[in-house]
Amino acid sequence: MSLITIATREPLSSSSSLSPLPLSPVARYLRPLAIPASLLVLWELLARFGVADPRFLPALEQVAARGVAEFNHGGLGSNLLASLERDLIGFVFGAGAGVALGLVIGFSRLVQRLLGPLLLVHRQIALFAWVPLISLWFGGGETGKVVFIALAAFQPTLINTWQGVDSIPRHYRELADVLIFGWRDFVWVIAIPGALPQIFTGLHAGLIYAWTATVGAELLLNIAPGLGGRMNEGQHLFQMDLLLMCIFLLGGVGVVFNIVAGTLERLLMRWRMP
Amino acid sequence: MSAPVTATDVEHGENHAPEIVDVSKKFNVAGRQVHALAHIDLTVDEGEFVSIVGSSGCGKSTLLRLILGLDTEYDGDIRVNGKRVERPGLDRSIVFQEHRLLPWLSVEANVSAALRQSRSSAAEKRELVREHLHLVGLDQFAKAYPAQLSGGMAQRVAIARALVTKPRFLLLDEPLGALDALTRLRLQDELVRIVRHEGTTAVLVTHDVDEAVYLGNRVIIMHPHPGRIATILPVTDAVSRDRSDPNFIRLRDEVLSWLGVSKGGSQANTLAVVG
Repeated sequence: MSLITIATREPLSSSSSLSPLPLSPVARYLRPLAIPASLLVLWELLARFGVADPRFLPALEQVAARGVAEFNHGGLGSNLLASLERDLIGFVFGAGAGVALGLVIGFSRLVQRLLGPLLLVHRQIALFAWVPLISLWFGGGETGKVVFIALAAFQPTLINTWQGVDSIPRHYRELADVLIFGWRDFVWVIAIPGALPQIFTGLHAGLIYAWTATVGAELLLNIAPGLGGRMNEGQHLFQMDLLLMCIFLLGGVGVVFNIVAGTLERLLMRWRMP
Repeated sequence: MSAPVTATDVEHGENHAPEIVDVSKKFNVAGRQVHALAHIDLTVDEGEFVSIVGSSGCGKSTLLRLILGLDTEYDGDIRVNGKRVERPGLDRSIVFQEHRLLPWLSVEANVSAALRQSRSSAAEKRELVREHLHLVGLDQFAKAYPAQLSGGMAQRVAIARALVTKPRFLLLDEPLGALDALTRLRLQDELVRIVRHEGTTAVLVTHDVDEAVYLGNRVIIMHPHPGRIATILPVTDAVSRDRSDPNFIRLRDEVLSWLGVSKGGSQANTLAVVG
């Protein structure tokens, strides 16, 4: 689902390296939208001229109309909020645990030796492989879903925080010795700020993973209010317009998450800009 | 091995300055013992500015690490304030070759980071930081981040950070080595002024013979394998502060010849000795 958010950013880099012509600012601004826009036009043409079966590919305006109707009368807003709530709860638990454990592993050679191999094996296991186990341990209800989302957010934050602390240059540790820092000084003045860029990379990835996992949990575990539930409905009732509209919404939320995370990152790390 | 040369015999009982007594240091490199320092004897007078020159591997930086207390595994005795050095302390500070400022802290936060373990009140700390930024001429840049500073300015901040704790000893590990020639000359004068203003005892390690003679009250020449003091040359008042003075040039040539560089070569401005 988050593929959509990534795909919209893709044309920017590829077209800029291909085009030798200087572009006007407006064109430069719109360029990343060129390919998604042409795909939408293609879609519209296929639907309008009856090339595609409207049962499988409804026209764009039909999808849009369904979206408006669902928001007004179908409770889509509360479904979206239910998904977002689940997503954020899972993210807070998973990312919180990931950052905390990442810091501990980064600081302690002992914990690193003890847990390192286990975490490397854990990394090799596909996220969705945990679904059966989680549904048996925690049930397919709300708890199971949040645990699954938390697990998704946990991994990238853990690995990135760990590596962020690990990669603090040795000469900063020596500086801490010279300034006779205690360990608390070291953690707050050197380690956390030094690891912050990478912690942020982890949180950013965790946010997107958690959103992917939210939809996954809603599709694979018990049906509950949420976007995944509506997609199930669209699938079973063969309502393509509902299904496609939900996919657009998922992508849109992903884009918003990306923008928010990017902005926060820039604000918090102003020291990196000369 | 040349006999260790003892520094001026200071006999007044209260010497706060570092005393280095018969210090030797061995490293294990790939299973082989390497003598980094052998029988170093040196007493630095209070308020003195001592320069140490020598080719790479003569143990100059190792000696500074020992005085700082970063490494306490050595033979002999290093005493500061009459007590053996066992760990780093606020009475000693260092300026490294790279400024080592923390990029996420503003200039003033970097300087005040050195005061985290000091007992002064918050207001006193603020005043100390302000005073020392003024001393290095960076009052205007208190809120700037290191990435916004030139190399020379960043090194001034590092000097302010080293001095803000009012240390008795300032250790300088090639502090100007990474700067361009003009900035280096300017900062040499600054360094003299600042150190004198603070009344700090300073030990400078450098590759730059010109700098060693220009800044030092004494120039200590070290030889490698094992690291040892070859000789100590006093810099008399007649010599210092004028690089084109014949006495200055004569002393510089003497230092160079101790380092194994011929006088002919020194004419061609071969001031930096890199082994």
